[in-house]
Amino acid sequence: MTVDDHTLAQVAMSRVEFDRLVAMLEREPTEVELGMAGALWSEHCGYKHSRPLFKHFPTRGPRVLTEVGTENAGAIDLGDGWCAVFKMESHNHPSAIEPYEGAATGVGGILRDIFAMGMRPVALLDSLRFGPLADAHNRHLFAGVVAGIGGYGNCIGVPTVGGEVQMAPQYSGNPLVNAMCVGVGRVDHLLSAAARGVGNPLVLVGADTGRDGIHGATFASVELDQDSADRRPAVQVGNPFMEKLLMEACVELAEQHGDWIEGLQDLGAAGLTSSAVESAHRAGTGIDIDTQLVPRREQAMTPYEVMLSESQERMLVIPKREHLDDVLALFRRWELHADVIGSVTGDQMATIRDGAEVVARISIDVLSDAPQYELETRRPADLDARQSEDLSALPDLDVAHAGAMLLELLGSENLASRRWIFRQYDHQVQNNTIVAPGGDAAVIWLKGTTRGIAVATDCNGRLVGLEPRIGAQIAVAEAARNVVATGALPVAVTDCLNFGNPEHPEIAYQLAQSIIGLSEACRALETPVVSGNASLYNETPDGAVLPTPTVGMLGVIEDVARAMTPALHDGDTVLLLGATVAQGAETLAGGEYLAHAHGRVAGLPRLDLDLEVRVQRLVLDAHARGLLTAAHDCADGGLAVALAECCIAGNVGLDARAIDLGARTDAALFGEAQSRFLVATRDVEAVRVLAAAADVPCTVLGVAGGGLLRLGPLALAVEELRDIHEGGLARILSGPETMV
Amino acid sequence: MRAAVVVFPGTWSDGDCIYALSRVGIEGYRVWHREAPDFAADELVVLPGGFSYGDYLRCGAIARFSPVMESVRAHAARGGLVIGICNGFQILCEAGLLPGVLMRNASLQFRCQSTYLLPGSADSPFTSSLDLDRALAVPISHGEGNYFADAATLDLLEATGRVAFRYCDADGAVTDEANPNGAQRNIAGILNEGRNVLGMMPHPERACDPLLGGEDGNAIWRSVLDAVGVRA
Repeated sequence: MTVDDHTLAQVAMSRVEFDRLVAMLEREPTEVELGMAGALWSEHCGYKHSRPLFKHFPTRGPRVLTEVGTENAGAIDLGDGWCAVFKMESHNHPSAIEPYEGAATGVGGILRDIFAMGMRPVALLDSLRFGPLADAHNRHLFAGVVAGIGGYGNCIGVPTVGGEVQMAPQYSGNPLVNAMCVGVGRVDHLLSAAARGVGNPLVLVGADTGRDGIHGATFASVELDQDSADRRPAVQVGNPFMEKLLMEACVELAEQHGDWIEGLQDLGAAGLTSSAVESAHRAGTGIDIDTQLVPRREQAMTPYEVMLSESQERMLVIPKREHLDDVLALFRRWELHADVIGSVTGDQMATIRDGAEVVARISIDVLSDAPQYELETRRPADLDARQSEDLSALPDLDVAHAGAMLLELLGSENLASRRWIFRQYDHQVQNNTIVAPGGDAAVIWLKGTTRGIAVATDCNGRLVGLEPRIGAQIAVAEAARNVVATGALPVAVTDCLNFGNPEHPEIAYQLAQSIIGLSEACRALETPVVSGNASLYNETPDGAVLPTPTVGMLGVIEDVARAMTPALHDGDTVLLLGATVAQGAETLAGGEYLAHAHGRVAGLPRLDLDLEVRVQRLVLDAHARGLLTAAHDCADGGLAVALAECCIAGNVGLDARAIDLGARTDAALFGEAQSRFLVATRDVEAVRVLAAAADVPCTVLGVAGGGLLRLGPLALAVEELRDIHEGGLARILSGPETMV
Repeated sequence: MRAAVVVFPGTWSDGDCIYALSRVGIEGYRVWHREAPDFAADELVVLPGGFSYGDYLRCGAIARFSPVMESVRAHAARGGLVIGICNGFQILCEAGLLPGVLMRNASLQFRCQSTYLLPGSADSPFTSSLDLDRALAVPISHGEGNYFADAATLDLLEATGRVAFRYCDADGAVTDEANPNGAQRNIAGILNEGRNVLGMMPHPERACDPLLGGEDGNAIWRSVLDAVGVRA
């Protein structure tokens, strides 16, 4: 077989990689073998640029049941025989081309990762990034992605309970769509995705296989360009109804008949190829598949197309031989197709047949041994200059304009209420949602116990762009803070690493430094990384996206009846923990105010991990002692925005007239110093004593009551704050149609 | 008391309904849509929410052909109690057990939010224990809950006290602002002529526990218990 550059480009394999493959095989690959190797060696499946960096991550802990990389998602012990599995995954490139289906199938894919482990999905979250919504194309992507997430999640009956959305110019044309799913169940119902037991059948369940999504994994591993729209055939179409049936059948299999099967694996990127090869690799076995046994929805598909199709809503089941009929009957009862397409072999080879003809016979080890690249890194040339900009030279905000600035920020695209989004998502189905979207983290009840889980996602790409290591630490710290604000103890992390092309040294620097930063913060906060995903090559001709290592944090709360929200109650005293009100200009670094008022992204973000740990422990301690009535992470937009959110949530004012804004009005009100919480209490003295013992600054701000937020010299009606905040996104999205 | 909770392919609030029923002492059990059991005269049949058959054709249009619907029809004809919630309401309309249709929300978007319901009549086994002056906090979660029927049908429903619930504000005022989906005359739920079949878009099974934000929905199940108790 002569392999030309065009063929190699189709499978996103370099000439050097092709030569490596030939050397490993000691012959030229067949067409099907090349397609399989190209998909499995792609960044999307093989993590060839990112895997060497993963060794930095802390992956072990007392609650970790499955270590990262060993199964489809990480499992965490919740106690009393319960466990949670969770993972986040990107669907950026498909969403850039076809936002509705791209986002919908992103949700579908992450759900399958969870129920493949036998757990029932109980929560979905979505971390989204778009270009500014003043642009009509960005609005089109935004509305399409939100509708797609809702379209899939609402239909399947898994609540979408959280996430976050940020806009920045660097995401124009290359939105980020990171979907996270959490499943829970009994530890003894956890399934493995290993193809164990020579002679056991391979059963393909669910949708028929079509030509959709061929080369999806390779598409995700190259940059977006003008021709990307022509890649629409690489975007799959979702069928949440089929997935609902698959989910119910798989959960039933795990809960009631786990002894019937050896393994269960979803079909995601690179379809049957990755699914079969990965499950054989896990078990140290081989697989033998006849592509003619794969039910198709299109005529005349080649074995190559069958093996690389990314048709959605398919699962690979490896039943024990003696229970094959039981398993087939179970799926039939759920009105699903299930067909034997091959078997587990002991030869550690992937043998693919087209009827009588063998079209591929290649070692599982070769397919699983993606090349690994040591990244060449270079600190971005402009970083020093941007970090060392003297923010104290900026004119301070005139107190007379501070109220107007707060209203502007509260209604801005990055700080406005996300209600416009989450009211389109069913966030209540399953009857476990204790804290709904809109607060810091969602809290999901583990029915039958008093316990619950708290989940949040976070990453501020602007801060990561300014200083990747610190920005990544902040992503972990803030996600943990969000979880702590509900009263839950953060226990583990999933991540989704969204970066540009890592073959560019400056992008490689962002990636490498971010992973170090994530690892440092995860160590400090004792939250190991249990699952993750890397999405590289997020670039358009205009450049790379902001480096966005999104963090998904899972926490455990012992008594869901005591979960906290930011909502203030009349008569409670509000305290600021972690810092004084007065702040220096350096806290404006990378913040919303600086971007909004001065049109710049500059300065050096800072984080004191020791202080962060102390503050989080203090809040959990005070909550455990029953001292707190509300808590809120004080982050994007600073103190004034966070206080406004607490007032709006509680529909009550706050009298904080007496606070000292210090030397800089802008920094005190809108500075984004880290490691800060707003908490409300009825026992100020007790909280003060705890804070002093924990060596955490504690400032009394004022008492909740009335209908006005009074903050130093400011006085704003809570009703006005609410109108601006809750109507913000709708106003922005109804902007003029400048293009389609 | 027992309640049969029908599960179609794509139903997702069967578990929520069984939990809510258990909160008032009713034992719910699932019935797969391919079964066609003889429901006991004194049991409640629940058609729960979800996306039966993905709602790919028209909500409820395929589910109404499921074998279980013959049993539901027979149960209703005998005077047995049937409640359809959300997708269940849509199925009951498609099956002709209730008049009218549920169209796409006027916003053209899915809506999951808190709503308040004003009971329109206490004269039914589902509403007998309700206070007609008090708004119930019961959330909605649907994309196609915009109730529509011709004016004559709407007039008849109103004249005969068969509007079970209307969307209102927290104080019980039936206003346009309180209407989340554009439903004609703010209609959230209706009764059949025999008053033994109720269809409603809001989810009473979600308003079943203070921990989950309230338990106003339980009043409907309690009414059912009263009704069945009286009959027994």
